[in-house]
Amino acid sequence: MNRMRKVCVVAIAGLIASTAVPAIAADTITVASWGGTYQEAQTKAFFKPTADALGITIKEDTTNGLDDVRLQVTGNAVKWDITELGADECARGSKEGLFEKLDYGIIDKSGINPKLVHDDWVGISYTSVVLIYRTDVFGDKGPKTWADFWNVEKFPGRRALSSSQATETLSVAALASGLPIDKVYPVDIDGALKSVDKIRGHVDAWWTSGAQAMQLVKDGEVDMASIWNGRAGTLKKEGAPVSFSFDQGVLTADCMVIPKGAKNKEAAMKALAMFVSPQLQANLPLYVDNGPVNEKAFETGKIPPERIKDINSAPENVKKQVLQDAEFWRDNLVEATEKFNNLIQQ
Amino acid sequence: MSAQSALLKEIAGPAGQNLNAQELRADARREQLRLLALLAPSLFLVCAIIIVPIGWLFWLSLFDESGALSAANYARFFEQASYIKTFITTFKVAFIVTGACVLLGYPLAYMLSQLPRRAASICLIFVILPFWTSVLVRTYAWLVILQRKGLINSWLIDLGVISQPLPLANNFAGVVIGMTHILLPFLVLPLYASMKTIDTDCLRAGMNLGASPAATFRQIFFPLSLPGLASGVVIVFVLCLGFFVTPALMGGGKVVMWAMRMEQTTSLYSNWGAGAALGVVLLVVTLALLGLFQWLLGARTTGVWSSR
Repeated sequence: MNRMRKVCVVAIAGLIASTAVPAIAADTITVASWGGTYQEAQTKAFFKPTADALGITIKEDTTNGLDDVRLQVTGNAVKWDITELGADECARGSKEGLFEKLDYGIIDKSGINPKLVHDDWVGISYTSVVLIYRTDVFGDKGPKTWADFWNVEKFPGRRALSSSQATETLSVAALASGLPIDKVYPVDIDGALKSVDKIRGHVDAWWTSGAQAMQLVKDGEVDMASIWNGRAGTLKKEGAPVSFSFDQGVLTADCMVIPKGAKNKEAAMKALAMFVSPQLQANLPLYVDNGPVNEKAFETGKIPPERIKDINSAPENVKKQVLQDAEFWRDNLVEATEKFNNLIQQ
Repeated sequence: MSAQSALLKEIAGPAGQNLNAQELRADARREQLRLLALLAPSLFLVCAIIIVPIGWLFWLSLFDESGALSAANYARFFEQASYIKTFITTFKVAFIVTGACVLLGYPLAYMLSQLPRRAASICLIFVILPFWTSVLVRTYAWLVILQRKGLINSWLIDLGVISQPLPLANNFAGVVIGMTHILLPFLVLPLYASMKTIDTDCLRAGMNLGASPAATFRQIFFPLSLPGLASGVVIVFVLCLGFFVTPALMGGGKVVMWAMRMEQTTSLYSNWGAGAALGVVLLVVTLALLGLFQWLLGARTTGVWSSR
C-alpha cells in the first residue's frame, strides 16, 4: 500500500515535472521480459538490486518477442529501454537494425560466451531443451538419448515434441540421427528433416508452449517429450514421476537489447551492465532454473555447490549440451521452419 | 427504396397526373440526406477504426521483406504445401463444428422455446453460464475430461467397456468437441429468440386445418425458424474460421487452423505483409461464402434474411 502510494506520487510528480525537468525521467527505465515465474525471478535477481545500486526506478513490462520490438521501433513508439528476446530473435532483429549499439566500455563481457556477445545484443540467461520421461512407465530404464527417443521399438510409448520451436526440434533431430554434440552445427537441415520424418508418425502431440508441454507430461498424455528444463524442474518439484538429465540437451540462450530509439539509453546501458555482472547473474539460479549466462557467476560463491550441478549452464553441464547457434538460425530460420511445417502437417 | 418508389407511383396514381411528383421526390431525397447525416458519425467511426486499418494491412500484404512491391506473400501459399493444407483443415473444422452445433442446438432451442417461461429462463442460464466462462478455462476443462487419463477414459476403462483409452484429445475429434461446446450458445441464442417470436396461433391454425404435429412443424414452424437458424449458422461458421485457442490446445499440433498459421507466419517473417496476406485470403473467402449463404437463403426464405 505504502509502496503503491509512493509509486503514485512519483508518477504524478513525474507527469508534472516531465515537461519542465527532463532529468527526472532519466532516472526511470522500463524493462520487458517474458513474465511469469521467470520474470519474478529476474526482478529479485537483477532488477531490484540494480535499481537500488544505481538509484533508478525500473518499471517492468512483458513482451511477446521480436514482433513487439519491431512494432515499437518501426512505429516510432518505443516504450521499453531494455527488452529480453530469444537469441535467434536478437540475431534477426540485429540484421533488421532494430537495436541500439551496446557500449562494451560500460558492459563487461568477460565470462560470457563470445557467441552471445554482439554489437547490439548480449546474452542474459540459458534455457535447455531436455528429454523427459515418465518413471511410472519406464522405471529408471527410460530413453536417455534422442536416439532412444527415436527408437520406437525399444521404447514404445506416446511422444511429444515441439512444433512451435522448429529450431530446437531440428537440433534434437540432428542429435537423434547420431551426430555427436560438436557436429550438430551448422545443422544439415535436410538431414535433420529426414530424421523428423522418421519420428513424426509416432508423435502424439506437437506442443506450442511450455505450459502445454508440462501438462502433456504431467497428465500422462505422453510418456516422453522434449521440454524446457525449467518446466521439467517444476514437474519434478511438484512430485510428478519424471526423470530428465542435461545429457544431449539443447542449450538456448536468451538475450537483452536496447530497442532503437529507447528514451533512456544511458541508464539502460548501465542497468544492462549490472544484469550481466557475475554478482547479479549468480542470483538468478537461486530463484529459477534458467542458468546464468556469465560463467564467472559460478566463481562468486553465492550459488551453493549442491545447486550448481542442477544448473544447465554450469561448466560441467554445458559440456554435455549443444549450444543453439543464433546466427545460423538468423539466416536459415524461415526456410527451415517452412520446410518443417510442410513435413509435420502432411 | 423500392417501397418508396412504389408509394410515389401510387400517389402519382392511375390518374396519371404527376401533380406533386417532383415535390415528393425532392422531399424523399431530403429525407435520405438527413438520414445519412444522422448516420455520418457512426459511418466515420467504422471507417476510421475498421476499414482504414484493414485496408492498410491489405496494402502491406503487397510488399515483400525488402519493401518492394511483389506478390511473394501470396505466392507462398502455393509454394508451401502446408498453407493449402491448413486452409482446407480450417474449412473442414468450420463445416463440421457448424453442423454439430445445428444438430445439438436446434432441438435445444426448440425445447427452450416450448417450455414455460420460468423453466425456460432457468434452462437458458445453463446455456449462458458457460458462455460467460473464459474460453481458455473451458478448453482446459475439456482436456481434463477427454485426455488419455481423463475422466471419460478412466471411467470407461474402470467399467471395463474399453481396454485401450479412446483418442479423444490432441486430435481432430478433440478440436471439434471443444469448439462445438464453446460455439453452441452463439447458435442457440439467436435461434431461441427467433423461435420465441413465432406466432403459436399459426401452428394452432395449421393443426385446426388437419395437419399432423409433424407436418405443422415441417411446414410452419421450421420455415419460420429459418432466419434465426441462418443467423446462428453464419455467426458460428465465421467464428470457427478465426478460432485460435481451442484448436491450438486441443489439436495437439496436428490440427493447424488458419489463425494459428497467421500467428506463426507473423512471427516468422519480418514483414507484416506475410501475415497480412493470410488475413486477406481468409476475409475474401469468408465474404464470398457469406455472399453465397445470403443468396441461397435469400432464395429460400423470400427475403427475410436479406432484410436483416
